[in-house]
Amino acid sequence: MSTNPSFDQRAKGGVGDAFRSWWNAQARPVQWLFGVPFILLIALLPILNIPLLTTVGTNFGGVMAQFGMYALIAIGLNVVVGQAGLLDLGYVGFYAVGAYTVALLTSPASPWNQTGPNGWLSSSWAWLACLPIAILITAISGLILGSPTLRLRGDYLAIVTLGFGEIVRLLADNLIEITGGGRGLAQVAYPRLGVSESAPLGVFSAGNVASTLNSGVWWYWFSIVLIILALLFVGNLERSRVGRAWVAIREDEDAAEIMGVPTFKFKLWAFVIGAGIGGMSGALYAGQVQFVVPTNFNVINSVLFLCAVVLGGQGNKLGVILGAFIIVYLPNFFLGREEILGIPINGDAIAQYKYLFFGLALMVLMIFRPQGLIPVRQKLLTYGRELYVAARRRQHDEVGASVEVTK
Amino acid sequence: MTVLAGSAVSLATAPINFNLEALGKLVWQLTVDGLTYGAIYALVAVGYTLVYGVLRLINFAHSEIFMLGMFGQYAVLLLLGFSPSGNVYNEGTILTIIYLGIAMLGGMAVSGGAAVGLERLAYRPLRKRNAPSLVFLITAIGASFVIQEFVHYVLPVLTGGELGGVNAQVPIRLVEPQTEFTILGADITNITLIILISAFVLSLGTDAFVNRTKFGRGIRAVAQDPTTATLMGVSRERVIMLTFLIGGVLAGAAALLYTLKIPNGIVYSGGFILGIKAFCAAVLGGIGNLRGALLGGLILGVMELYGQVLFGTGWRDVVAFVLLILILMFRPTGILGESLGRARV
Repeated sequence: MSTNPSFDQRAKGGVGDAFRSWWNAQARPVQWLFGVPFILLIALLPILNIPLLTTVGTNFGGVMAQFGMYALIAIGLNVVVGQAGLLDLGYVGFYAVGAYTVALLTSPASPWNQTGPNGWLSSSWAWLACLPIAILITAISGLILGSPTLRLRGDYLAIVTLGFGEIVRLLADNLIEITGGGRGLAQVAYPRLGVSESAPLGVFSAGNVASTLNSGVWWYWFSIVLIILALLFVGNLERSRVGRAWVAIREDEDAAEIMGVPTFKFKLWAFVIGAGIGGMSGALYAGQVQFVVPTNFNVINSVLFLCAVVLGGQGNKLGVILGAFIIVYLPNFFLGREEILGIPINGDAIAQYKYLFFGLALMVLMIFRPQGLIPVRQKLLTYGRELYVAARRRQHDEVGASVEVTK
Repeated sequence: MTVLAGSAVSLATAPINFNLEALGKLVWQLTVDGLTYGAIYALVAVGYTLVYGVLRLINFAHSEIFMLGMFGQYAVLLLLGFSPSGNVYNEGTILTIIYLGIAMLGGMAVSGGAAVGLERLAYRPLRKRNAPSLVFLITAIGASFVIQEFVHYVLPVLTGGELGGVNAQVPIRLVEPQTEFTILGADITNITLIILISAFVLSLGTDAFVNRTKFGRGIRAVAQDPTTATLMGVSRERVIMLTFLIGGVLAGAAALLYTLKIPNGIVYSGGFILGIKAFCAAVLGGIGNLRGALLGGLILGVMELYGQVLFGTGWRDVVAFVLLILILMFRPTGILGESLGRARV
């Protein structure tokens, strides 16, 4: 996001770079060999019940489910903010559109409910059928918002998107006979799978509060699948012509335009793809909570999403997932906790101050590490992956980890 | 519950009211009320526009500066011996004006101080590092969070629960709203008069300061060309500080006027929407342009109230945001254009 060399002086070397260098030098199968067990470990976190890691005040499965949704949002927002460099402060609007799409199609309180006897949605598969619809509608809303506003630059775009986020919430609040206004829409559909005696409404139902395999854990696992799919999708885009265009736009829009990149088209693509992923997360939310209400889509959530992306490292897919984890996990970690390793603390108070700490973290981070915790490294995008790996491996073997192949 | 059901039924036929008749009947009253709100937006908008003119930075935290001003004037009234209650104090005209003046100075001091402090702590380190503008904006968002949450959680601890917290402050009301006279069927209340006159004097003063004094010339010079201005002996840092100070002081004044109009608005989250609208106003008039901000504030205030009567109460904010998007789409430089530096050098 920065073109200014004096600002971009990053410390080269260190543990992170050594690891990155080693990782990139490995062949794909070796990467999978390490990656798959790691993903499995992360997936099993909520049922392993590790003493210091597990949250005290709330259910760990529920927290991880929320993390899954935030991770998806962070991946989507990262396409817009991190890849294409478009500051979007109204991202919660897309999240809301996704959630409301599912709710409007499946809630009995909605006038467009399709799950009843006359509807075209079967009650057990309604949510899954709505997921692609929600993604599509949100992507279209991204197109509708993006096509007039993406001609704006930088700060102006930020404020316009902020306005859009507020408009979506106000619409949900004011169109009472459609969205139920402030009362919201209840009894939203969810995947009715795994019906058993202990979970009569299926394992995904919010009523499934079993001690280990509760609904939160199931939603978390489901979101991991979606996250991996989203990562593959976005990762492939990044390495394609589209991704190179995004980087070019982010670094210098005028130069990109002069070099023949149709900037408006690619900015719109970033917006639409980001919106679609946000809508997917919104649909997850609606299904998990089975209830949508306008107050859950305040602009402050937008800022929290942005915080996740900036904290983790704009442009780095894994970084933003880490950012999402920090944003969701830290407040819940402190909630209800009275001591850490024997040191007494007032966890509830710390959890309550979360916005204060996130705000401070943003300010401090912007001064000392504006590129985020795990910053992105621009690889040799113009060449194929094989060539890049070969170059990397040779360097790794010859001069060790300290040499960087950037830009 | 029956009322709710009844309104739902009437709404079912028309999702959005389009009440042209009411607008026609109330148009003058709405214009007057809109100008009152608009005057407040205008004063806050000056802060956005001056900072943008000099630094090309949207000071997202300016809305919180305004919010701190509301608490500042409230604290001063508490120190003057007024106790929060729903009742209206009746101190006589002269004394009331003096008290309001002191409270306004308190609000100005708190807001101005906070604005300068924000510039020192948050923005100056970034300027030294030559950070790109998105970094500034994200810092501003972070600062906005910090100030809000400070008032939300920390201030009540510091003041023993007298200030801050989740709930709005119990208002201290010095002025009883009453109609002074009527023009074209529009009632002009004493509060309207106070707001319009103070806002007029303040904006006239600011305009004169920026356009006619040595300091103002420094501000315009830096806005036009920072490097040349520095070579000509203008201290850029001092100009930036001065800009934040002027914006903060005006926001503090606007804070007092706003609490006169809406006594129950003193709450930690009370600045946010108003800040966005003031920014809207600044963009509407042409951001970076002082007179544009004043004009934009007035226009926005009036349009918003027209929209509220036309479409219904809940749509007031929607009107403001849609207006913002439309302006940015069709005339991104605003009505008067971006020209703090170039206006009458």
